[in-house]
Amino acid sequence: MAGSMSHSGASAGDASPCAVQLAGVQIVFPARAKGETAFIAVEGADLEVADGEFVAIVGPTGCGKSTLLNATAGLLIPGAGTVSIFGAPLGGLNRQAGYLFQAEALFPWKTAVENVAIGLDVAGIPAGEARERALAWLKRVGLAAFADRYPHMLSGGQRKRVGLAQVLIRDPKILLMDEPFGPLDAQTRQIMGNLLLDLWNADRKAVLFVTHDLEEAIALADRVVIMGAGPASRIIGQWRIDLPRPRDIAEVRLDPVFHALHREIWSALKEEVVKGYLQSEGVTA
Amino acid sequence: MNRLVLHLLQVLVAVVLIAIWHFASTIKIPAGLVSAKAFYPLDPFFFSTPLAVFERTWRDFATGVIWYHLGITLLETVLAFLIGAVGGVLVGFWFARQQRVAAVFDPYVKMANALPRVVLAPIFALWLGLGIWSKVALGVTLVFFIVFFNVYQGVKEVSPTVLANARMLGMSERQLLRHVYWPSALSWMFSSLHTAVGFALVGAVVGEYLGSAAGLGYRIHQAEGVFDVTGVFSGMLVLAVFVIIIDTFVSAIENRLMVWRPTAASNQR
Ligand SMILES: Nc1ncnc2c1ncn2[C@@H]1O[C@H](COP(=O)(O)OP(=O)(O)OP(=O)(O)O)[C@@H](O)[C@H]1O
Ligand SMILES: [Mg+2]
Repeated sequence: MAGSMSHSGASAGDASPCAVQLAGVQIVFPARAKGETAFIAVEGADLEVADGEFVAIVGPTGCGKSTLLNATAGLLIPGAGTVSIFGAPLGGLNRQAGYLFQAEALFPWKTAVENVAIGLDVAGIPAGEARERALAWLKRVGLAAFADRYPHMLSGGQRKRVGLAQVLIRDPKILLMDEPFGPLDAQTRQIMGNLLLDLWNADRKAVLFVTHDLEEAIALADRVVIMGAGPASRIIGQWRIDLPRPRDIAEVRLDPVFHALHREIWSALKEEVVKGYLQSEGVTA
Repeated sequence: MNRLVLHLLQVLVAVVLIAIWHFASTIKIPAGLVSAKAFYPLDPFFFSTPLAVFERTWRDFATGVIWYHLGITLLETVLAFLIGAVGGVLVGFWFARQQRVAAVFDPYVKMANALPRVVLAPIFALWLGLGIWSKVALGVTLVFFIVFFNVYQGVKEVSPTVLANARMLGMSERQLLRHVYWPSALSWMFSSLHTAVGFALVGAVVGEYLGSAAGLGYRIHQAEGVFDVTGVFSGMLVLAVFVIIIDTFVSAIENRLMVWRPTAASNQR
């Protein structure tokens, strides 16, 4: 591995199994027409996320980050390798995970509060209680005043916050987040990042956080994982982020340790980003 | 455009058209101006006159004869819409969830839908008699396919991300049906509601026109039989107003049920 590091203590211990463990995971999209070849998106991915650990995945566009999260969620079945959740191999959907999708995933026919409450409703919790708890969660993500709005009446950032509340209200042990702040402006990203860290600090879940923004990854995570350019992309390196917690997204960026890490990781990532871009342009690098 | 101005302009269109009709059918063009004989631009024998039409319509309502026929047509329309819509929703759902069934029936659905419904009217009259049910059946064949295609589309076009999200939130198959597929199908159905209701009415009136003893279509057919142009226009006027009222009613229901849908008109003029 390119930029290896000493692994986090928690996940190395055999006493408690990792929240998420990917071993040799390969994901293949079958050919759709005759003559086409099957597309190998991810090859030989090994990744462990300890309970309570915040791991960020960074990689060039199209390298298979969403694909890897889908496999962890149980929405995609790996062609080879295993996905284990708290030590048990995953068969079917991952019931321990909450998933914040990259694309719009709110129910457009439900109001914000109904969207948040739905996870409790389907679990059989009485409607009144579900609504009350949903309102509390909306307040926590700063949207108390928008409870009765439909998704199309909310801004992109507000929708992401509703999505976050929708996932967290079910109290999943594992949180999968796919570029949750992707379409937002820099200021909103910082606010959302701090909000996420606050929520996570209060109740440490295992987090697998996908982003294309290396700075964001370093500012948020305990560990940053870099994926190479696709196809058949691999995990090419991992770095431990030893910045003190609790962190503030804006302030942590001024830390010299942050700069050193950024320079080191970026030098490994840069090459892959260029490769990925050339490939998507159809140029053989 | 201001709402009031819009309504004024809409009324103006009607006033202008009726005025043209009125003057063209009551004022003779004197002899020698265009042709040797004096003539009406719109011969009242063929075009009647607006006053005669309004008078006839007024009389029909005043004496009450029209109410019975209106009631029959309304009953047929409502029945055709309800039966066609329920059938379309059920079959649409079933086909969308069972791809194999849909594939088997696909050519037959296309054939049945391509058939001009008018040719079915005599058959329905033969099977179901000249009462309301042969008209209801004709309306059902029209409504069913519109609702069916829309519900089918609605269930199949649920965003895969929304679906994946629903499953990750712990929904069972039944809960998916209720919270995801159903609302999506409903929104597609409502987008075709105006068309479906319109077709239910078309089915009823065409059916009455081709053979019956009651209803607006029957009235128009009767009047045509004796070259009573005033009666024909009066029937059409009643039908037009009837359609507008039903359509307003449908819009009201739609606005109630589809509040979550973004509307282009909600905050712009
Ligand atoms: N259903 C599919 N069928 C075939 N190929 C797919 C499918 N889904 C994704 N891919 C391919 O797999 C690769 C990885 O896709 P993925 O969505 O995981 O990328 P990503 O890393 O999340 O990119 P981004 O940062 O742009 O979201 C891409 O090359 C994509 O074209
Ligand atoms: Mg992605």
